[in-house]
Amino acid sequence: MNRMSFARLKESAIKAFFFTNGILAVLVLIGIFCLLLFTSVPAFREINIKEFLIDKNWNPTSPVKEEYGILSMIVSTFMVTLGALIIAVPLGIGVAAYLSDVAHWKVREIAKPIVEVLAGIPSVVIGFLGIVLFGPIIAGIFGVSHGLNAVNGSILLAIMALPTIISISEDSLNAVPRAYAEASLALGASRWQTLIRVRIPAALSGILASMMLGMGRAIGETMTVLMVTGNAPAFPKGFLSSIRTMTANIAIELGEVPYYTTHYYALFAIGLVLFIITFLVNLASDIILHKYQEREQ
Amino acid sequence: MRELKEKIEVRNLNFYYGENQALKNINIICQANLVTAIIGPSGCGKSTFIRTLNRMNDVILGVRIEGEVLLDSKNIYLPTVDEVEIRRRIGMVFQKPNPFPKSIFDNVAYGLRINGLKSKSKIEEIVEKSLINAALWDEVKDRLKENAFTLSGGQQQRLCIARSLAVEPEVILFDEPCSAIDPIATGKIEDLIQTLKINYTVVIVTHNMQQAARVSDFTAFMMLGELIEFDNTDKIFTYPSNKLTEDYITGRFG
Repeated sequence: MNRMSFARLKESAIKAFFFTNGILAVLVLIGIFCLLLFTSVPAFREINIKEFLIDKNWNPTSPVKEEYGILSMIVSTFMVTLGALIIAVPLGIGVAAYLSDVAHWKVREIAKPIVEVLAGIPSVVIGFLGIVLFGPIIAGIFGVSHGLNAVNGSILLAIMALPTIISISEDSLNAVPRAYAEASLALGASRWQTLIRVRIPAALSGILASMMLGMGRAIGETMTVLMVTGNAPAFPKGFLSSIRTMTANIAIELGEVPYYTTHYYALFAIGLVLFIITFLVNLASDIILHKYQEREQ
Repeated sequence: MRELKEKIEVRNLNFYYGENQALKNINIICQANLVTAIIGPSGCGKSTFIRTLNRMNDVILGVRIEGEVLLDSKNIYLPTVDEVEIRRRIGMVFQKPNPFPKSIFDNVAYGLRINGLKSKSKIEEIVEKSLINAALWDEVKDRLKENAFTLSGGQQQRLCIARSLAVEPEVILFDEPCSAIDPIATGKIEDLIQTLKINYTVVIVTHNMQQAARVSDFTAFMMLGELIEFDNTDKIFTYPSNKLTEDYITGRFG
């Protein structure tokens, strides 16, 4: 074998290796989706798909009448997610702006890694914090019997989404060309005006991306909400009522459900709904990002 | 020649980046309604110098400044002086065109809005006037809503000039405004500088000696952070009194 053909062989082997790797990731994703889809479909032999989505009552083990409505859980999931974003977005952008525009570089060098380490705290530890710390505080402030409710879940999810929002927002603020800030300052703008009117709008694509990532994390998070939201499967009356999210419901019931029953299939159907929601969130963020980047160029 | 009136006076200015002294005992007077050019080889401190005139160097960490910069006989480096106010009175056009990622209209309106001007009709009026004065109006009047990045480099630079004019400064600083644009666009900006001096005091940094000769009334020649010679432009380019100046303008180095 001469040297040329060996080199060519090596080239095609490398190509094949990377092609396999790339295709594998896609195949795994498609596989997950198919598993969810095919395991969900049998559920709808007995459940009306419309009732499944808009009925408020989830009572699959009732001896009288089994009910498979997940609207309460969908609403609960969106409640904690919304609550988390309301807390985390302003706070996250504030911290990011502080780190990139105000803080001394030494403070930034120390604070940024600490914030990023926050992302690595196990969710069960944060849930623990919610039970022993935030629970009693919320109960005290609002005068309710216990603090295991949507507010508690929102606070914890906000804590979990914050590192992502701070880190990515700060990166995108730092990536804004210095020329923009100089132009603004040279026109007699204060640093504050420059931040609000020039730097944050210029970094908006990254900030939106960080919000979407934070949102995706909040929607899919299971352990913390399972620990602190009370898990009452009733339709939530407000942020102070105990709620049960889609993720928590799957986690609670999947371990005890008899296999291959309608109840079992219905739990996979919830998983499918979750998958579709997070997919739509990611798609929306992608579209927003592209639109914004096109406008920028 | 009309009577001279001092607009900016620089007295014994020293400037340091950390331990590194970038400007050494500079003394220059910029006359009102005239154009003062700063020339010199790369790295001679001319950009650093012009940025001391509107306190743009304040935003850089670890710099130190000594001496005085007087605007209408008042030192702009006194602790009681608000640098934001100074930058409003002294506008600046940068080396590379740096419009905001906003529409053409919003770029010019930016300075008005940050200064609290709310009236829509008033803003429109000033935007139009500024674009006319920057010789850009005819080219952009039908596309004010378009992003500023759709303009050519030369148009972007004139947009930046219009943006500075909108806040009605007293002095306009040009930091090598033509180094990133083509010769035709450069010609337009030079013409513009000639008309601007009717209403404004102009200081321009340039590495292009012909440009300094064409547009300026006074010229300062700097080298290695020192002011070598400062005089009438005509005199500098015909009978320079310093050997270094002569060598530089005749192209023996630089």
